[in-house]
Amino acid sequence: MLEANGLDGRSLIRRRAGLRLWLSAGWLGLLAIAALLAPWIAPHDPLAQDLFLGRLPPFWMAGSEPGYWLGTDSLGRDVLSRILHGARIALIVALVAGSITCVVGATLGLLAGFLRGWVDVVISRLIDIWMAFPPILFSILLIAVLGPGLTSIIIAIVVIDWTRFARVVRAEAMAQGAMDYVASARVAGRGRLGTMMREILPNVLPTIVVLLTLEMGIAVIVEAILSFVNLSISTDDPTWGGMISEGRTSIHQAWWVLVFPLVTLFLTVLAFSQLGEGLKDRFDPVLR
Amino acid sequence: MSFLSIRNLSVRLKGGPPLLRRVSLDVAVGQVRGLVGESGAGKSMIGKAVLGILPPSVEITGGQIVLDGTDLLTLPPKERRRRIGATCALIPQDPLTALNPSHRIGPQITDRLVDILGWTRADANTRARALLEEVQIPNPDRVLRSYPHELSGGMRQRILIASAFAAEPKLIVADEPTTALDVTVQKQILRLIAGMQARHGTALLFVTHDLGVVSKVCQHLSVLYAGMVVEDSAVTDFFAAPRHPYSAALLAATPKYTDPAAGLHPVPDAVIDAVRAEVAAFDAGGR
Repeated sequence: MLEANGLDGRSLIRRRAGLRLWLSAGWLGLLAIAALLAPWIAPHDPLAQDLFLGRLPPFWMAGSEPGYWLGTDSLGRDVLSRILHGARIALIVALVAGSITCVVGATLGLLAGFLRGWVDVVISRLIDIWMAFPPILFSILLIAVLGPGLTSIIIAIVVIDWTRFARVVRAEAMAQGAMDYVASARVAGRGRLGTMMREILPNVLPTIVVLLTLEMGIAVIVEAILSFVNLSISTDDPTWGGMISEGRTSIHQAWWVLVFPLVTLFLTVLAFSQLGEGLKDRFDPVLR
Repeated sequence: MSFLSIRNLSVRLKGGPPLLRRVSLDVAVGQVRGLVGESGAGKSMIGKAVLGILPPSVEITGGQIVLDGTDLLTLPPKERRRRIGATCALIPQDPLTALNPSHRIGPQITDRLVDILGWTRADANTRARALLEEVQIPNPDRVLRSYPHELSGGMRQRILIASAFAAEPKLIVADEPTTALDVTVQKQILRLIAGMQARHGTALLFVTHDLGVVSKVCQHLSVLYAGMVVEDSAVTDFFAAPRHPYSAALLAATPKYTDPAAGLHPVPDAVIDAVRAEVAAFDAGGR
């Protein structure tokens, strides 16, 4: 029965998961390089304006200028350079906001789902109340109170999205808590915290990983939305959301100002979610 | 001398109906007591109460659970946990959910010995290997490195039995350990549990709904109906002449594979009505 591991179906799943994992990790790796090395690899200063070079089309179209690969916006700023620099904010928000949200939400969900009783009552009611707020309005309100800036965005994302983790992890922890191995651990004398960390957490981890990567994608979108409504970082720093917002006004004359950051954003969010699915398959002992 | 002695144990759903009605029973050192009854009669509830793993929606309203001379219910929770952990173990019902899918078999057996009972890692590993051999698992070294999903249901139940005996407990609660297995494997597992129990001299509380199993493994049995013990007999006496009409009907209802022509004999309505009246009278009498 141990030999049966080499089943064809399972290796097929692994190969598909592998491809997905590599493609998404590849794209995110490229972004990470772009974010780290933006000042050196960007062909132009992302803030340099040159009204004589306004609305240049991308390189394959008539009227393009060499060196401006993806064209320029209405102020003559290089679109490629701005996307590369925008990757910095996007990735910082994704990693920092995603991780903090994950830790806060998963911890509360785990406690509620495993300890039950009044802990669960308090946390669950909190989740219910929280989720009744319209998230975008809530975040705009928060930024308005906190003032614009990177820290405010991260705080806003954590405050709004922890429920996403808490809800799902709570349900998972509850299901795991009903399993016989949890009862056996309790009989053997393992404490509540020990049982939670050793018996429950490893089984909830694949779900947490998927949620975390999804959340990273969502964080990028939220940042873009806030930039779009001009509530994000100071307007000097290029962000994808800000570019999309500016590109909207000249969509008929220069579609590339809108489309390239939009495609980058889309691919990034997709890559995050696919990374999660791929990692889950790796983490899951049954599929491993 | 009894190792476990339950006296007048009452358990109910919080703010709801009683689940156990003044249950009393004894399990003598090194002896096996069967707990039989239909679904919902409260058999598993007794085992869970003893091991301190009742669901949070349920509460103990009275009685004593005397383990090795001490009433567990009078002890502070930490001390109760420690005593149960040091002297008791559980063989759970469903081998498919009783092993943690995220951990290899080896650590699942040994970590408790090391973390809670303070064994050395080397001792625990040696012990785990010896136990797997004792429960007749071929190639124990490889099994210790496997994940649960790589093993069959019968293998997993053997591992759970080995794991239950790991710390040489004085009392094991076996909660329908063969129900989730198919009949051919059931027989092997039963023989294994009986053999281990006899060799280690462990007291066993054997929860089952199968009287055939009771006749093979147990010395005493308690028959439950609606959380009430209706009969408490030695197994030989019970199979010769059950004392309570309900347990007689239960015995008669057991299908006889050797005589298909005999057909099925469900417990007659009159018997059910009588035993229900008994329960109602008990409830009316106050507890």
